[in-house]
Amino acid sequence: MPDRITLEVARYRPENESAISFQQYEVPCHKEWVVLDGLNYVKDQLDGTLTYRWSCRMGVCGSCGMNVNGEPKLTCATFLADYSPGPVRVEPMTNFPVIRDLVVEIGDFMRKLTEVKPWIVRKEEKPLSEGEYRQTPQELDEYKQFSMCINCLLCYAACPVYGLEPDFIGPAAIALAQRYNLDGRDEGASERLEILSQHEGIWGCTFVGECTKVCPKDVDPAGAIQRYKLSASLASLKRLLMPWSVP
Amino acid sequence: MRASAGYTEYHPRWLRRRKSTYWWLERVSYLAFILRELSSIFVVWTVAFLLLLVHAVSQGDNAYRHFLSWSGSPLVLLLNLTSLLFVVFHAATWFRLAPQAMVVHVRGRRLPGAWIAVSNYLLWALATALVSWLLLGD
Repeated sequence: MPDRITLEVARYRPENESAISFQQYEVPCHKEWVVLDGLNYVKDQLDGTLTYRWSCRMGVCGSCGMNVNGEPKLTCATFLADYSPGPVRVEPMTNFPVIRDLVVEIGDFMRKLTEVKPWIVRKEEKPLSEGEYRQTPQELDEYKQFSMCINCLLCYAACPVYGLEPDFIGPAAIALAQRYNLDGRDEGASERLEILSQHEGIWGCTFVGECTKVCPKDVDPAGAIQRYKLSASLASLKRLLMPWSVP
Repeated sequence: MRASAGYTEYHPRWLRRRKSTYWWLERVSYLAFILRELSSIFVVWTVAFLLLLVHAVSQGDNAYRHFLSWSGSPLVLLLNLTSLLFVVFHAATWFRLAPQAMVVHVRGRRLPGAWIAVSNYLLWALATALVSWLLLGD
């Protein structure tokens, strides 16, 4: 394995550029180095003007998502050696506006996320004296997979529907809505359904399935959306056939 | 991202990249998806062809013979062969995706996705064998 590798890094400096250009940097290629280590080396040793997001460096914070050789990846979990002898092309995540270099604007997702109420909704809170809401391990298993989402947005970068129809609520927000729908302590499913049964919600998804493939936490947003479609259809049918049973 | 999203003094010039018309050629999985969507047209044709066959049978011997000679023409044969390939592709990929949409619990435990996919394929094979026996059997 060569001891150095070339990074082709996308640069966008809005003060004097109107398109992305690529700049090459040669960085060490240690077997334990990830793409983020290469970027940090560039920032510290070669070019301090390079801009990108990162924080935990251990696949938890979800900040360092970028396109690596065209694939949405967490750069802290993508080894340089896997791309040897290189070059490795690093770009900002697709489907998002670029603010600078590798940093994208995610305000659209943050707004959509709050729309789907990703928290436990109770019609009436029970008094503290009655103790906590208890769950069995089986009840936890129902939604645990969807609760692993770290909002890294790789699924949005991989989703062509989001790229073509920006109003689509998108994979992570729907998976997180489903996470709370499947939580036995939650009573907000009907409120979320009002938002997610619109065209921009679950029905916007055409089941490309790439969101699930790129997810670094095996959340399976595509599965969450299809299951949601099934339950939304059943709810509509129930409302049609037995209107008295729906509150 | 909505085009109407407001700029702020800190983000004066976001770069919005246009999605290529040929985005579906960027990855094999995108192409497979587009082919699966396209296959729906051939599924519709297959259903229409079957309805035409039923209609011809109901119209008597002459109509049925006329239908057979029409469906034996090279153009219809080519269309039906293409349809067969697309319908098989549609069914095979659909059954592979089914476990993501279906969650089946047996005795309180969730059934692995592979079991759901395999049982779908087995039922498909069984149905094919049954129809083949009806059509080709003595």
